[in-house]
Amino acid sequence: MSDNGKPKFAMYWASSCGGCEIAVLNISEKILDVDAAFDVAFWPVAMDAKYKDVEAMPDKSITLTLFNGGIRNEENAYLAKLLRQKSVFLVAFGSCSSEGCIPGLANFSSGKDLFDTVYDTISTDNPEGIRPQYNWTTPEGLDIHIPVFSPTVRTLDQIVDVDYIMPGCPPESHQIAAVVELVIKALNGEAELPPKGSVIGAGGSTVCDDCPRERNIKKITKFVRIHQVENIDPDLCLLEQGILCNGPATRNGCGALCPQVNAACIGCYGPAADVADYGARMITALASVIDSRDPEEIESILDGIPDPGGSFYRFNLAHSLLHAAKSAWVGD
Amino acid sequence: MERITIDPITRLEGHGKIEILLDEDGNVANTYFQIPELRGFERFCVGRPVEEMPLLTNRICGVCPEAHHMAAAKAGDAVYGVDPPPTAKKLRELLYMGFYFTDHTTHFYALGGPDFVMGPDAPVAERNILGVIHKVGLEIGGKVIQARKYGHTIVEMLGGRKVHPCTSIPGGVTKGLNEEERQKIEDMGRWGIDFAQFSLQLFSDLVLGNQTYVDLILGDIYTHRTHYMGMVDENNHVNFYDGLVSVVDPDGKRLGKYAPHEYTDWVAERVEPWTYLKFPYLKKVGWKGFVDGNDSGVYMATPLSRLNAADGMATPLAQEHYEKFYETLGGKPVHQRLATHWARLIELLYSAERLVELATDPEITSPKFHTVPTKTPTEGVGIVEAPRGTLTHHYWTDERGLLTKVNLIVGTTNNYAPISMSINKAAKSLIKNGTVVNEGLLNMVEMAFRAYDPCFGCATHSLPGQMPLELTIRDADGNEVDVLRQFC
Repeated sequence: MSDNGKPKFAMYWASSCGGCEIAVLNISEKILDVDAAFDVAFWPVAMDAKYKDVEAMPDKSITLTLFNGGIRNEENAYLAKLLRQKSVFLVAFGSCSSEGCIPGLANFSSGKDLFDTVYDTISTDNPEGIRPQYNWTTPEGLDIHIPVFSPTVRTLDQIVDVDYIMPGCPPESHQIAAVVELVIKALNGEAELPPKGSVIGAGGSTVCDDCPRERNIKKITKFVRIHQVENIDPDLCLLEQGILCNGPATRNGCGALCPQVNAACIGCYGPAADVADYGARMITALASVIDSRDPEEIESILDGIPDPGGSFYRFNLAHSLLHAAKSAWVGD
Repeated sequence: MERITIDPITRLEGHGKIEILLDEDGNVANTYFQIPELRGFERFCVGRPVEEMPLLTNRICGVCPEAHHMAAAKAGDAVYGVDPPPTAKKLRELLYMGFYFTDHTTHFYALGGPDFVMGPDAPVAERNILGVIHKVGLEIGGKVIQARKYGHTIVEMLGGRKVHPCTSIPGGVTKGLNEEERQKIEDMGRWGIDFAQFSLQLFSDLVLGNQTYVDLILGDIYTHRTHYMGMVDENNHVNFYDGLVSVVDPDGKRLGKYAPHEYTDWVAERVEPWTYLKFPYLKKVGWKGFVDGNDSGVYMATPLSRLNAADGMATPLAQEHYEKFYETLGGKPVHQRLATHWARLIELLYSAERLVELATDPEITSPKFHTVPTKTPTEGVGIVEAPRGTLTHHYWTDERGLLTKVNLIVGTTNNYAPISMSINKAAKSLIKNGTVVNEGLLNMVEMAFRAYDPCFGCATHSLPGQMPLELTIRDADGNEVDVLRQFC
């Protein structure tokens, strides 16, 4: 609690794109409710971001922390531990912190491979093969530092204990507004918070359940890539049109936005409620629509999915059973 | 030797950090502006299908995903050698104008504007968006919120989502526009033209009408004579979505214009061991260090750069303001970084005018918004102007359209060297013989920064429009001597 009796609120971005912050700002006037109900203790996008101010806070003095962004380097990991220590409720907010998101695809590569690619592109003039140095002595004789790069992208719950998970890339603003309202009510004793470990701000089934497209449980004989489709049927299930759509494995909550504009679900709300491994669920879902018993034919149908690793683990590689390729751990 | 650390200045994909090193006399020996984060999109996009790049690269930046979405879509067109139907290009550009309208509005009112509307030396607590609304009135505050909302509505209507749009694919888009939606966009665009003109009037009244501010803009501390870059159409008018990239030297002479696939003839990137971010520079001029002048390959890519690199604006009202801009500031090119705020408002007006042009184009509601690619995919480059600079995506694929190599030169990255130089100059101007001008230094350094609207902060896309800064002065042993802070 603050001097003014209000509970404290924090929001932090680790390795992230800023989209989660934009989604929070897009709750518009509800942001005033946050301001009225909480004392904002730490929120780099909105106020002073000094780490040592957080270090000086008593343990558990922040009531609610929304943590977005993945754990890409040691500074991210340090902040995760620090905010866990200072917070009563720590929420893994958004896809990066809850499942790794697109940047988690880096777990298919080693850190060296990432550096070698980035610092030796076609437009990079780097004949001496310079790489960023964690500790570097300037010509003026002082040591300056940048954070140590971690071998893999990790999710928040792989670093610390997490109270709630809020999925989405980014979480949709109406879901954020609903969660904010619930937390404020709970703090006033007017509602109960869900059990620890719950997924909040999302539905309990799949994107297909929210999708208005017609499903006829038709079988498919080939997959087609979306840009190769002459006319996408606006009313029929995309998967039934042969377009790889991740709706069957993905948690609902977004309102099936992408399928409504003729784009496939790419899985940004993470695994649906009962899914242990997202990729495995996708494979099961596809197996049930492929119309063939002939192994060769099945093989050729599956050739229509050119990047299974990326398609099935696009947002959740870091949090999947795989977590990372061997090269990420041991180097090339 | 003493050191001054400003950490964090919030983010580019995270955070930024400034180290100011003092010599024995307490004058600035050097400054280091470090970007402490890397994610490695250029590596992990390899193996992915090229049609997914507009979705994957959205996640580079949640503040300007639309820019990555467009550059990726154009690179995808180029990889397949497919020319999208006119309607598809117009729909993409229409979405993009909605985005620009929102983004430039946010920057002027929430971020850059407070320094001028409230004054650079106004109390910190008032130098923010709420202060601006208080000063200009609630009604205008409402208009600002409305402007942002309209832009987002257009993005969602055409891109399917407010953040990370999903409708652009190689050969066009997945969704067209119906008459009802078209009418709404036209109405919002017309409202936007009035709003942009109002914003320019506000700038004229509050800033140009105040000699102190004019002196500040024209002062040496925020001036760098560098090269400039920006995309232009066939008439050499500013264009955000398509065209050739024009490059001018510090005298305003055009060095040339390049097509997207020629970018490697023009731009190279330098690696420094003390930061994760690379420093782009003009290859033909060469890297000469963090210095101004015709012989230095340092260039800038911002709203001011785009105006400097073009011959004018493509829409009538924006063109009037373009002419007034150069008349008032003494001709082309304008080197004063703070003039970027004015240039941004001229672009705001252009984006609204262009919204109406596109929304009233007879082709915009055509159902022909996609051409199926038929050629074997190989290699392609897509370039758009992100609000914060020229954005280049370069892809190589195998015959199935799976990426084998990726190169990205991202908006703000273009400006890494000039921003570093602006910080250096501000520090050198304000720290003399060990004397630090407290609040002044912090906000002056911030202002040097903020003119670029750096995405190191999309940071700067902060609620109060205040970059949180802390500046620590240390002695040679690293002991803390003094701490200066600027809270929001």
